[in-house]
Amino acid sequence: MTASPKPRPTWGGVPLTRRRVLLGMAAVGGFLAVDLGAVAYAGGWIGTAHRLTPDNFIRAFAWVNGKQSGFRKNHAKGVAVAGYFESNGNGREVSSAVVFRSGRTPVVGRFSLAGGNAHATDMAGTARGLGLAFGFSGGSQWRTAMLNLPVFPDNSAQGFYDRLLASKASPDTGKPDPQAMAAFLAAHPETAKAMKIIGQSPPSPGFADSTFRSLNTFYFISESGSRTPVRWSLVPVTPPAPRPSSGPNALFDALVGQIRSGPLQWKLMLTVGAPSDPLDDATRPWPADRRAIDAGTLTLTSIETERAGNARDINFDPLVLPPGIERSDDPLLSPRSAVYAASYRVRARESTNSPTVNVDEVAP
Amino acid sequence: MSTEIEDTAATATPPQKFTALSRMFHWLTAILIFAALLIGFTMVNWLAGYATLRVIHMSIGALILLVVVLRIVNRVRHHPPAWPPTVGRLEGKAVIWLERALYALLLAQPLVGWAMVSASGTPIRVFGVLRLPPIAPFNIDVFSVLREAHSILAYLLVVVIAAHVSTVLAHAVVLSDGMLRRMTFHIGRRERSKS
Repeated sequence: MTASPKPRPTWGGVPLTRRRVLLGMAAVGGFLAVDLGAVAYAGGWIGTAHRLTPDNFIRAFAWVNGKQSGFRKNHAKGVAVAGYFESNGNGREVSSAVVFRSGRTPVVGRFSLAGGNAHATDMAGTARGLGLAFGFSGGSQWRTAMLNLPVFPDNSAQGFYDRLLASKASPDTGKPDPQAMAAFLAAHPETAKAMKIIGQSPPSPGFADSTFRSLNTFYFISESGSRTPVRWSLVPVTPPAPRPSSGPNALFDALVGQIRSGPLQWKLMLTVGAPSDPLDDATRPWPADRRAIDAGTLTLTSIETERAGNARDINFDPLVLPPGIERSDDPLLSPRSAVYAASYRVRARESTNSPTVNVDEVAP
Repeated sequence: MSTEIEDTAATATPPQKFTALSRMFHWLTAILIFAALLIGFTMVNWLAGYATLRVIHMSIGALILLVVVLRIVNRVRHHPPAWPPTVGRLEGKAVIWLERALYALLLAQPLVGWAMVSASGTPIRVFGVLRLPPIAPFNIDVFSVLREAHSILAYLLVVVIAAHVSTVLAHAVVLSDGMLRRMTFHIGRRERSKS
């Protein structure tokens, strides 16, 4: 052999052999490939082309509504309210939740209009939302985000997503592309059926006389441990006379005037489902003769412009539930929770803008 | 500790083992942190699994916090066994900083997660029953900082853990210096002959 005597490289005093180094590279490389590959897949950097993620919803809302910096990505236009829930104790029959014991629980909430445009003009036909946080910010909180609809238009996250995309207003007409909507409804007969039911119960004149519903089913757990499927609703108590109002904030302005002239009240009704009822399909109503428990009265006493520290900063995640209420298998619930969280994160880091509904600007 | 004496007796070659308690803490942390990271990355991208995984993620996080606090106490009370002589001075310095970074991240990450949920005004219940008190005020700006920090810390953990495992693997495979054996539980002895 004539090779020049090259000193063998060492590490920590140990001479390295080619075999050892290759083995080491294989071991480290193999570990890193599995480890970082798992992280990349879990984190959605690879393999997300065919699955719907919360981020897809955030981008779809931005695509449909344009940039809405600092606002909720859906139900962007709203106003903060506060009051209390006076429980009559009847709810204890089905749930051990503290909120159903006789007595008062403070409530903060938010009225809103569906849609991701924070500056949209109030329309009677737009779905109205009411988000509530019972017992905020305590440990037994119950949050809910309800709508003034008899059923929800979708029964899956994909359905909601597809409908959102189909609802984008065409720049020419200002209205959704009829062809896109027709194609969507053909692909989603459950939504077509739900729309028919929604069309049969026209909306009330305003927020104050709207009935708000949970739409999704939840399980109520009694002290003895029995599980009861429940859909709840807030039914207006002697709604005040509709207040004439006009302009781009007609519905919100009327609400401000009504709360100023006196508290607004709703009965909390817990509708008890039967095992045969659609428990995991929010597009299908339950039979009208289902028993409803009157659990008490919600009274809203104050209203304010959305600002730091009030309902503006609450994520009305429908899965923030107290012991005594649990989620059902309704496939909308987990995606709602996931997308609400994504919206909350995104808007929290965006710069905020003045909300369209300014209570102080509403004429007394 | 008696285990230390047994271990010393059992391992004839220099690298001494960590105490059985330390080793148990180590592998428990490894399992928990891998699970928490993977579940964390998965849940924010998985609509149907989010609700279930979030609950599991927070429970694991609480467990990690508990285990890491116990580990820090254990680490202060028990000096770890010496490295194999293959660890040079410069590498030793890097390893010390890596260990410190790992402890700091393991401690900070669950605390940031807990504080972040607190700042959103949302109650935390772990293992279905145990309610954790809020450790940050309800404030969306505080939430935002903590929420972004939680992601950054997660990626830092991935990097630091990858460096940690890669270093040990390189030592164990390339140098056969018993670096990994300090931390393993031996069921039946299979000593590799050194060349």
